Amino acid sequence: MSATPGTSITLCPHGPLLVRGDFELLDAMGLTVDPRRGTVALCRCGGSLIKPFCDGTHKLLEFQAPDPTAARAPNIDDHPRSPT
Amino acid sequence: MRTLPRPRGPLSSALLNLLERDDPSRAPELADRMEQSPVDPDIFFDEDLQLCLFVLYELHYSGFDSVADRWEWNTDLLQLRSRIEERFETRIMQSIPAIPRVEANAQSVAEALSAMVEAAPGRSVADFVARRATIDQVREFLVHKSIYQLKEADPHTWAIPRLGGRAKSALVEIQGDEYGNGLPGRMHSQLFARTMAGLDLDGEFGAYIDRIPAIVLASVNLMSLFGLQRRHRGAICGHLAIYEMTSSLPNAKYARGFRRLGFGAPVTDYFDEHVEADAVHEQIAARDLAGGLVEAEPQVAGNVFLGAAAALLLDGLAGTWQVDTWESGATTLLPAAEVPA
Repeated sequence: MSATPGTSITLCPHGPLLVRGDFELLDAMGLTVDPRRGTVALCRCGGSLIKPFCDGTHKLLEFQAPDPTAARAPNIDDHPRSPT
Repeated sequence: MRTLPRPRGPLSSALLNLLERDDPSRAPELADRMEQSPVDPDIFFDEDLQLCLFVLYELHYSGFDSVADRWEWNTDLLQLRSRIEERFETRIMQSIPAIPRVEANAQSVAEALSAMVEAAPGRSVADFVARRATIDQVREFLVHKSIYQLKEADPHTWAIPRLGGRAKSALVEIQGDEYGNGLPGRMHSQLFARTMAGLDLDGEFGAYIDRIPAIVLASVNLMSLFGLQRRHRGAICGHLAIYEMTSSLPNAKYARGFRRLGFGAPVTDYFDEHVEADAVHEQIAARDLAGGLVEAEPQVAGNVFLGAAAALLLDGLAGTWQVDTWESGATTLLPAAEVPA
């Protein structure tokens, strides 16, 4: 058997984060959030009405996920700040 | 099922009569009778043929209390089934748009399936239920759904031993959720039965078979057509991908409709569960199941998209018919006591 990590997180293109394997979902107080299934889809577009879980709203919002490879080379100009 | 349905025409009369009398000696004439029956160009709406198909398929699921199990593999019935399926498949092939041709990788398959969903015609039952349906109409809606949802996931489960690797693993992952992850009370079919009970409907599978018209049976028969045959292993996976990809947002609307009419848990549990579960399943079904299968067996890509297109076609036809009928002020159910010609 090949060695596979205990947990995987898949960046679904323009969709949620798919979390598989051994994981624990905790709220800000450290209390467990029941995932209710082995694999969960976590909202990435911010529009879900059942956060932290995905409800498909990204399709209505036509959410465009950033290119995951771009995140490895951050450029300060890519992070506009509000005027002070 | 507890009882056999009522016949809806000459062929279903002959078939049901044969099963009731448990007389295999009269089975050979059935396929000939099928040949003599006029070719209905719209088998999707043919009450007699769709009911026959439904009964023939049901022999492979839980069967009928009054019918001996050995009928499942009666060769004359299998021949009859195959002849009806031929007409059904021909009609499907005539009615679907061109099958997409994409590179054999999971991402391209998932994108092509999304584009098919975007382009699919048909009126939205979910919008109607969310905003306008009356209590009688949502009861009709549940009656139609019951002929699949009370055995939800079963037709796709046939595919498991026909797949390997990533696609098999993906299908088992989805089906595990459908069957409650070891908790019978969380099985989607049982959640649906509780929804029906909340509206004083009978949650026994097949209780309303005589009220459910051909176009609804056709959408369920489609799953058995694909699920029971190895040559359609791609199609049943494409079909499931479409079902999962068109589920989260409509189920949120169904839940809204039932809440608008004053219902809460446990009636709405079924729909709320599908919003969350199918947001997961659609990612797995499109990429890992359909995409994984095409990567492993590129030659079945066309069959995967056939299943997807057929799912969209029949659900589109059924949805449009349902909303049009409600808007005309009529019921979508067959009459309780009469047998349609």
